[in-house]
Amino acid sequence: MNINLTLFAQAATFAIFIWFTARFVWPHLSRAIEARQKHIAEGLAAAERGKQDLEQAAVRTADMLRDARQQAQEILAQAEKRASQIIEEAKVAASEEGARLIVAAKAEIEQEVSSARETLRTQVAGLAVAGAEQILRREVDAKVHASLLATLQGQL
Amino acid sequence: MPAQELSPTSYIGHHLTNRTISLGDSPFWTLHLDTVVTSALLGLITFGFLWLVVRGATAAVPGRRQAFVELAVGFVDDQVKGIFHGNRSFITPLALTVFVWVILMNAMDFLPVDIMAWVYEHVFHQHNWRQVPTADVNTTFALALSVWVLMIFYSIKIKGLGGWIHELFTAPFGSNPLLWPANFLFNMVEYVSKPLSHSLRLFGNMYAGEIIFLLLWLWAATGLAGTIFGALLGVGWAIFHILIVALQAFIFMMLTVVYLSMAHETH
Repeated sequence: MNINLTLFAQAATFAIFIWFTARFVWPHLSRAIEARQKHIAEGLAAAERGKQDLEQAAVRTADMLRDARQQAQEILAQAEKRASQIIEEAKVAASEEGARLIVAAKAEIEQEVSSARETLRTQVAGLAVAGAEQILRREVDAKVHASLLATLQGQL
Repeated sequence: MPAQELSPTSYIGHHLTNRTISLGDSPFWTLHLDTVVTSALLGLITFGFLWLVVRGATAAVPGRRQAFVELAVGFVDDQVKGIFHGNRSFITPLALTVFVWVILMNAMDFLPVDIMAWVYEHVFHQHNWRQVPTADVNTTFALALSVWVLMIFYSIKIKGLGGWIHELFTAPFGSNPLLWPANFLFNMVEYVSKPLSHSLRLFGNMYAGEIIFLLLWLWAATGLAGTIFGALLGVGWAIFHILIVALQAFIFMMLTVVYLSMAHETH
């Protein structure tokens, strides 16, 4: 155990190594470590933000889905309403058309009947005249009794 | 061992003799070449390695070596954080230097002394080369006294010269003038005992470790049974010594940080 110059040599060596570590080793490494810590913190924050965004998006999606469903429901209801309306209108139009057709048919029938009656009347009158001619023979002058015949024809 | 008479005294004496060079007339002007060169080489290798690794340090995913260095540095920095509250830009590098350097100087104890003696003798032509720098009291005193000087430097820097002297007389018992001598005496004892215990703890542990190895190797030279038991116990002691090497380096570092953080506190 003899203290000598070695002590000072070792102290100087120690001082140099402390200086070297403090000047060249520590700053580099602490800078890298701090940068990495910052990087990791940012990454975690970004992940958190992404998660929140996802949750918000899910909520928005649900909202949109609900709205769309509601709209579809409304459109469907409207379409049904419109369809029944159209059917209703068609029914009305059809019944009107039917009534009109019936009226027209009736009128035609009327007309047919009257014209048939006319024809019948003429034929009956003719037949009556022919019958009378048969009966009376020459005694009846068609020209003289024309007015009488016309009256008869009108009475039929 | 060179061909000379082997006695326990000469064997142990041989291994505990420093390789010295004399730079002056008085005994003080001698230099323990082995201690200085070994510790400087260890420091150059270690801090050079650290420098190489951190020079290419990336903030992205670190490689193996960088992760290893970060682990060591992070360990030291965590210890410092726990004790020292303030700007760590000097204290952590100091603690890192102390820890890494001391653990490597301690670890020189694992190299088998007799094989290494042959290597030093025949490869480097150095007789009497003691390979454990921390088993030389000059090294541990140098480290402890450097810390001691830093401690006083920071005391004065933080509290001012007046504040420091004030504290020497008023802490820890109180500021009553009657207590000044007691306070001063207490502080002087503390200032003397700090570097002594700091350095002698490390020195004692490493020196004792060295001697136990030497005793085991002495036993190993006494015959077949001695060789077997010496080797077995040598392995046992070496394994246990791993703990001591790391623990003493850790304690030395922690005391360094504690002393310096005490210097930063005002009473």
